[in-house]
Amino acid sequence: MPAAIEVQSLAKSFGRVRALDAIDLTVDAGEFFGLLGPNGAGKTTLISALAGLVRPDSGTARILGHDVVSDYRQARRLLGVVPQELVFDPFFTVRETLRIQSGYFGLRRNEDWIDALLHHLDLTAKADANMRSLSGGMKRRVLVAQALVHRPPVVVLDEPTAGVDVELRRELWEFIQSLNRDGHTIVLTTHYLEEAQNLCTRIAMLKAGRIVALDSTANLLGRLEAHRLRLKLGAGACLPAGFAGKASREPDGFLSIDLKGVDELAALLTGLREAGAAIEDIELGRPDLERVFVKVMRSA
Amino acid sequence: MICSTGFRTLLRKELLRFWKVGFQTVAAPVVTSALYLLIFSHVLEEHIQVYAAVSYSAFLVPGLAIMSVLQNAFANSSSSLIQSKVTGNIVFVLLAPIGHAELYAAYVLAAVVRGLMVGLALLAIASVWIDLAWAAPHWILVFAVLGAAILGTLGIIAGIWAEKFDELAAFQNFLILPLTFLSGVFYSIHSLPPFWRDLSHYNPVFYMIDGFRYGFLGVSDVSPALSLAVVSGCLLVLAAATLQLLRTGYKLRA
Ligand SMILES: Nc1ncnc2c1ncn2[C@@H]1O[C@H](COP(=O)(O)OP(=O)(O)OP(=O)(O)O)[C@@H](O)[C@H]1O
Ligand SMILES: [Mg+2]
Repeated sequence: MPAAIEVQSLAKSFGRVRALDAIDLTVDAGEFFGLLGPNGAGKTTLISALAGLVRPDSGTARILGHDVVSDYRQARRLLGVVPQELVFDPFFTVRETLRIQSGYFGLRRNEDWIDALLHHLDLTAKADANMRSLSGGMKRRVLVAQALVHRPPVVVLDEPTAGVDVELRRELWEFIQSLNRDGHTIVLTTHYLEEAQNLCTRIAMLKAGRIVALDSTANLLGRLEAHRLRLKLGAGACLPAGFAGKASREPDGFLSIDLKGVDELAALLTGLREAGAAIEDIELGRPDLERVFVKVMRSA
Repeated sequence: MICSTGFRTLLRKELLRFWKVGFQTVAAPVVTSALYLLIFSHVLEEHIQVYAAVSYSAFLVPGLAIMSVLQNAFANSSSSLIQSKVTGNIVFVLLAPIGHAELYAAYVLAAVVRGLMVGLALLAIASVWIDLAWAAPHWILVFAVLGAAILGTLGIIAGIWAEKFDELAAFQNFLILPLTFLSGVFYSIHSLPPFWRDLSHYNPVFYMIDGFRYGFLGVSDVSPALSLAVVSGCLLVLAAATLQLLRTGYKLRA
């Protein structure tokens, strides 16, 4: 089975800006993949190249083995894209919009699936409302529905939750996860790193058109000081060598240290016990992708 | 391929787009042209005779009709594209597996339909008080369709090229309008000084109007066969150029 997405030394410049700098990336079928990076990193440009909205300067991209340039029809049939910009056609209602989009993909009778999409995205009540009359979050959900009308095996969502309220964001992710369980490959970008951490099994971090980190979410969280330990030591006690430089003192008297994982935690506790240092209080935070992200971006 | 659901959907969407605002896209241009007709034919009826035994009104009606056809065909494809580009919803078409030829055909056909609707409505109104001779109706249809297709194609090119509405207006004012006005809508080019007459022969719109008028009057400045050759050749060249633009993604795909 070919990879869901296969990108080889893909490059794209806009004038002097190198938006994509020879990107190599493979996303396997069935993955839930996250594409992270600061503003202007090149996430949307990469997605646009996959969708044929941007013509790469060099390199290739394939969707399930189909080249997005030479075999564009098949590649586009297999791909559903939720664009980042909130765009809509003001001439039509929600249902008309979804019917038209189905037709573009060659589907004439798609009412059952359209109804299901409207239901899952909580748009049933707005089915016959004109697109102009929807709120921003509703328009965003119509964009998600439009990307899914043809049940594409590969779904790419460029910030699908921007502007969507908490409740609906959760429902949206539940729906996307159920699609993933049914075998759809999901690629998403988001600036809510907690979402990426909870949903994605693998993550690529982009900066200035390059991939600066690419690993499973678990490895990223373990590899890079993702666990924040806070502890309060008894009077006179100090940290073992090797840890003192990494710690910082917080206003409440706690020392905070970012640990790579459980091994490092064990080493620290052993060191403290051997030095006879008393621990008054200890807190271990959940691994946090945001800290990993900040570190990766600083060092890249 | 050309009858695919994708093509038909895009065509239907393009038709709905102008039909939903038909008052502005069909009724308004018909009224404007009917007013032109009313005024010009009244004022000039006694003063101008272009061909023997043909009243000025009978000469003018076909000219105005084809001009409305052409202008509305151009307006339809160009405004649809520029609106989609400016609002960004062009991505829905660009993301879809619709071929270049299908895209082209859908936009052009919608433009032709709107052009013919306006032209037909104007002829219907004019025939209430002006006697129209329908000398060779098949030529009327041929030149209306080909002319609308050419202007619809130019509208696509303009819509792709223009990034803002004022750039589109420039295209319209500096290219389309001079071409249509300097083509014999209101006069026979034989009444022009030699220089302008010769120049008119390089204007493809002149052949559309002359051929179209032949269908009504049975007389024309050049033979309808020549006009057909020029107009068809023109359409082929422009269609090929437009397909090439779509293939390369010029200004549509960054
Ligand atoms: N059509 C374009 N014309 C010119 N420059 C562009 C164009 N599209 C993107 N760029 C530039 O390419 C770079 C990458 O932009 P891109 O939109 O891919 O970033 P992003 O990672 O999606 O950012 P964000 O998180 O803000 O959405 C930026 O410097 C941007 O200014
Ligand atoms: Mg982006």
